[in-house]
Amino acid sequence: MKFYDALGLEPKLALDSDDVKKRFYDRSRQWHPDRFSRASSEEKQRSEEMTAVLNDAFRALRDPVTRAEYFLRESGLELSKDAPPELLEEVFDLNMALEELRGGDESARPQLAAAQERFTGMLGDADASLAEYFTNYDEKPDRAVLDEIHATLNRRRYVSNLVREVEKELNVHSAN
Amino acid sequence: MSTLQIDFGHAKPRIVGIDLGTTNSLVAVMDLTGPRILSGIVPSVVSVTSSGEVIAGSEAREMLITHPERTVYSVKRLMGRGMADVQDELKLFPFRIAENSESVLKLQLGDKVMTPPEISAHVLRKLKEDAEDVLGAPVTQAVITVPAYFNDAQRQATKDAGRIAGLDVLRLVNEPTAAALAYGLDKRKEGIVAVYDLGGGTFDISILRLHDGIFEVLATSGDTHLGGDDIDNLLLQIALEDIQSEWGENVSDNAGLVQLLRRAVIQAKEALSFAPSAWIDLEYGPRKYQREIDVQLFNRLIEPIVERTLGPCRSCIKDAGVTVEQLNEVVMVGGLTRIPLVRSAVERLFRKRPHTELNPDEVVALGAAVQAGILGGEVADKLLLDVTPLSLGIETMGGLMSKLIHRNSTIPASATELFTTAVDGQTNVLIHVLQGERELVKDCRSLARFDLKEIEPMIAGMARIQVRFLIDANGILNVTAKDLRSGKEQSMDVKPSYGLTDDQVEAMILESYDKAEEDFKERQVREARVEADAILGATDKAREDDAYQALSEEDRAAIDRAMNELRLAYHSDDHLLIRNQIEKLNQATMSLAEAIMNEAVGKALKGTNINA
Repeated sequence: MKFYDALGLEPKLALDSDDVKKRFYDRSRQWHPDRFSRASSEEKQRSEEMTAVLNDAFRALRDPVTRAEYFLRESGLELSKDAPPELLEEVFDLNMALEELRGGDESARPQLAAAQERFTGMLGDADASLAEYFTNYDEKPDRAVLDEIHATLNRRRYVSNLVREVEKELNVHSAN
Repeated sequence: MSTLQIDFGHAKPRIVGIDLGTTNSLVAVMDLTGPRILSGIVPSVVSVTSSGEVIAGSEAREMLITHPERTVYSVKRLMGRGMADVQDELKLFPFRIAENSESVLKLQLGDKVMTPPEISAHVLRKLKEDAEDVLGAPVTQAVITVPAYFNDAQRQATKDAGRIAGLDVLRLVNEPTAAALAYGLDKRKEGIVAVYDLGGGTFDISILRLHDGIFEVLATSGDTHLGGDDIDNLLLQIALEDIQSEWGENVSDNAGLVQLLRRAVIQAKEALSFAPSAWIDLEYGPRKYQREIDVQLFNRLIEPIVERTLGPCRSCIKDAGVTVEQLNEVVMVGGLTRIPLVRSAVERLFRKRPHTELNPDEVVALGAAVQAGILGGEVADKLLLDVTPLSLGIETMGGLMSKLIHRNSTIPASATELFTTAVDGQTNVLIHVLQGERELVKDCRSLARFDLKEIEPMIAGMARIQVRFLIDANGILNVTAKDLRSGKEQSMDVKPSYGLTDDQVEAMILESYDKAEEDFKERQVREARVEADAILGATDKAREDDAYQALSEEDRAAIDRAMNELRLAYHSDDHLLIRNQIEKLNQATMSLAEAIMNEAVGKALKGTNINA
């Protein structure tokens, strides 16, 4: 996988973030276009290309979630935008509460705040299980684990959008 | 009478660092001991003289008052902008837009018509010449700073200005990042630093992580139309209204008077950074206008401007993924950060006392020189990793913008997209590239349209054209396309939405091409002659002194010989020869100079005695 290659890493899901950062800085020092300002135009272009990929790679791999998304995409699994079925009922209630708050009904606020807390908790749980799946998959690359990761990421993404949405509404209306 | 020996044998050409500011510009260079400002501040003002000559700097600033119709300031506000962008500026600035200004603005200066990059090129050329004078060698390569929040077109326009001025612009560096370099904050091995840069016309905030010599920008934000100019305009408005009621006359059409008043207003503004009140003081012929502005009124006036900087600061902290508590230092850059209200607002927001040790007017140029040192290889332990301030995307169905490279991505950054045809036999695909954060195309800034052409006619969806978008280390977009079926480079036409095409820039370079080397030589000769005049005059005068008669015959003959030789060399076009003879005359007059000096000291001492 191109991004792992750029950082000189084996394609593993669990990475030590300090190590990733160190590799990024070390390679930047060597490859950055600033180091090639008096070089031939081919070398310059090569440095630019390599640094661009390095930067893209660091951006994708430094964070466990974007890293897993990249890993899945490279394995042919795209993330979906649909609501995970197990959350449908809760999301329905949440949207109602959001509508009420937008309409000026302050009584919806405690419900939203509670939902916000629950969803933030879900994010934490998702991160914990991702970490576990990562180790499992790295030890034994099993398609079933990858599918679990896929499902977890889908849910995580959806929940994280919800959290952002709720946070936005709570903030907007607390200002009034 | 001794002259400085200039080292002409410098092995590598020096790369200079240039702060091309809205109000003032500066040039600096990296020395063994650190960055150094090469000459005084050059006001970013350009004027056309009555003989049609274009001048820049202090001289041009004087022309603002005598010939406002042929003089322009704050042209940085127009860089990379189109007619629709500048309507607000036109209400506040006396820019005279020439006919047929569409995607490129053209300004009328006397009978000359110039684009903003051409005007900026004159400021750059002045800086280049100043640098050459001090360094004694031609300067052809430069690092130029730009506001971090400048978009692609504004950066390209700055680079064009450099090219027109005969400078190879090796790198555009963001101003706040340059300031961080100048502060040498890397002495702190690890840490997070915020740079707050409020200058003549632009505001930037950048947050950086320092790591063992690496300056990694985490996020940047700002406003490219916010700065000292806005304060000047507010004060100017007050003064104009006053004058209208006092003199019973609207003087806002009197361009010379307005510029004189603007200067008075700026003086008052600057004084208010240090004093509790200041006077706007105008004398125009027999008429006078005076008004006291105290800090309370001043603060009330500028509070909205200061307030406008705080929003970008907050979002920048958020984008950087840090908290205020995690910030180790805050650095202040730009003339406006001298204002106490600005300092206290920044201190309140960031909850720490900001750094103000370096001259806020010089720190950006010094940082540009450090970056020049990095590129030149003299500074090996530092590296700048900057980001793109705005997201880059393409227009998709329904007038939506699809982001390909997100803002605050470390540059160089790239993205690849696959394009195909929608109907059978289609031979062109049009790609509209945009910059901005909004979802609708109409709310983003159009960068350029790329026309992938001469596509082999085939069934819809069969074509496979891979387009690579790369934002380089200058923050400027480069696009390449490849036909994946044939493996060949895909041909395309590029139509930038704003700014000059490559051909236009080339034409301007040719037109204004000052044959840099020759020009430089000519100036060297001219300057050597000025020096020769000075020493010949001084020696002539010294020969009338008693001390000359006291010299030995031999010494007197040596002086005469050296004078004659210098006069002979004077008319050659070899400045080295002239300087050589100046030096010989210097040597020959050494003992004479000493004798006269002793005599003078003797007289002075006697004088002291009498007074005592």
